[in-house]
Amino acid sequence: MIQDPPVPHGFPIERHDRYSPPASLTELRQRRPMSRMRYLDGHDGWLVTSYELARKVLSDPRFSNDPVRMHPVMTTQEIEEPLSAPPGIFLRMDPPDHTRLRRMLTGVFTVRRMKELEPRVTEIVRSQLDELEKHGPGADLVEHFALPVPSLVICELLGVPYEERDSFQVDTAGILRLDTTQEERMERMERIKVFLAGLIDRKRAEPTDDLLSDLTQNPELERDELIGIAFLLLLAGHETTANMLGLGTLALLEHPEQLRLLRSDPALVDSAVEELMRFLSILHIGPSRAATEDLELGGNLVKAGENVAISIAAANRDSERFDDPEDLDLRRRAIGHLAFGHGIHQCLGQQLARIEMRIGWTELFSRFPNLRLAVSPDEIPLRTDMVIYGVHRLPVEW
Amino acid sequence: MRIHADRTVCVGSGMCALTAPTLFDQDDAEGRVSVLDATPADETDREAARDAVDLCPAGALSIE
Repeated sequence: MIQDPPVPHGFPIERHDRYSPPASLTELRQRRPMSRMRYLDGHDGWLVTSYELARKVLSDPRFSNDPVRMHPVMTTQEIEEPLSAPPGIFLRMDPPDHTRLRRMLTGVFTVRRMKELEPRVTEIVRSQLDELEKHGPGADLVEHFALPVPSLVICELLGVPYEERDSFQVDTAGILRLDTTQEERMERMERIKVFLAGLIDRKRAEPTDDLLSDLTQNPELERDELIGIAFLLLLAGHETTANMLGLGTLALLEHPEQLRLLRSDPALVDSAVEELMRFLSILHIGPSRAATEDLELGGNLVKAGENVAISIAAANRDSERFDDPEDLDLRRRAIGHLAFGHGIHQCLGQQLARIEMRIGWTELFSRFPNLRLAVSPDEIPLRTDMVIYGVHRLPVEW
Repeated sequence: MRIHADRTVCVGSGMCALTAPTLFDQDDAEGRVSVLDATPADETDREAARDAVDLCPAGALSIE
């Protein structure tokens, strides 16, 4: 007799290959898509791995995203004092606070407004490809292309001087390490906030043509909230698209038949972006939600206060939603994947991210038609130690 | 087919304007949905409308 999969202790992160979610998550999705999970502090919560349940949890207003209600999912975390979201960090707020802040920004990130940025994004991409080329074969695609492209774009949009990136890049990366202690995270966050506070005060006195300047003119926004928003957008704008560009390029190079399809039909790039998002699901841990009342989910009773962790990566490989989900297939209709989340917290910058990836990969493979890895794939360091999955480095030649 | 959009729950994700640009747009102030054509006749548009309903993260769209 086949035994039931064991109840996981902490969120499973042990991978068996570069692209697939941990085998234990796949097994859970097939056998027990809503499972009990033991959290690090002993809390008996839940873990959902199917597409349908993941979507339900993410869009049900009876679930909260308030950090005060959350139990730690990672075994590498220390057991921390739960704190509420700092001012402005609307990602971790519930309505109505979340609604009030997010609505101040949604007008800036619409499909149409992001489309207007295309020419500028193309310039930035091309100049980073020049940079990559200058460093010659063996150059690190992450350092010269995948990271600077989204970083330059978000800095320009916000009005953060890119030359001053040393003031925040080391700290944003540090915050996203899985073994970062609460104390260290607070210190790093504080340093970025001091930098942003100075910047915001200068913009309040002398506004320039950028988002942070515009927001300083909004009388409904407190100074602390604006600093929090700037912090959140800077962090979210950096590490997410950067890791999709890095890991996505590796995935394409390791699936040459798919890359050939894309090169022979450049119009395929929009669906390629969606499929790579689905296939790679770089948000590989969580998110979690907390039930605010007793509720029924997937035939189970979730009690008020219980946490439900969601595996986006497992949900995005659910055969109930996607045919042959383990295959990377750039021609499939992958839109509807949960890599940008779902519900009221679905990624604010998703339309920008799509444009960066579309232009990024189009230009990359047109500039370097013979792009290939400069080392063996096994030598590429994977970001299993980070909140956002990807590659630390990607040495390439052409 | 008639498309309904509930602007009070819209979160401005733009999924509708992305997948069915002939039917939906977003306002400049808050990026919330505006319906350009609530009664599409063309079958391609109707299919796109159904997709937009499925993709909306906030459940702001419905069809009757």
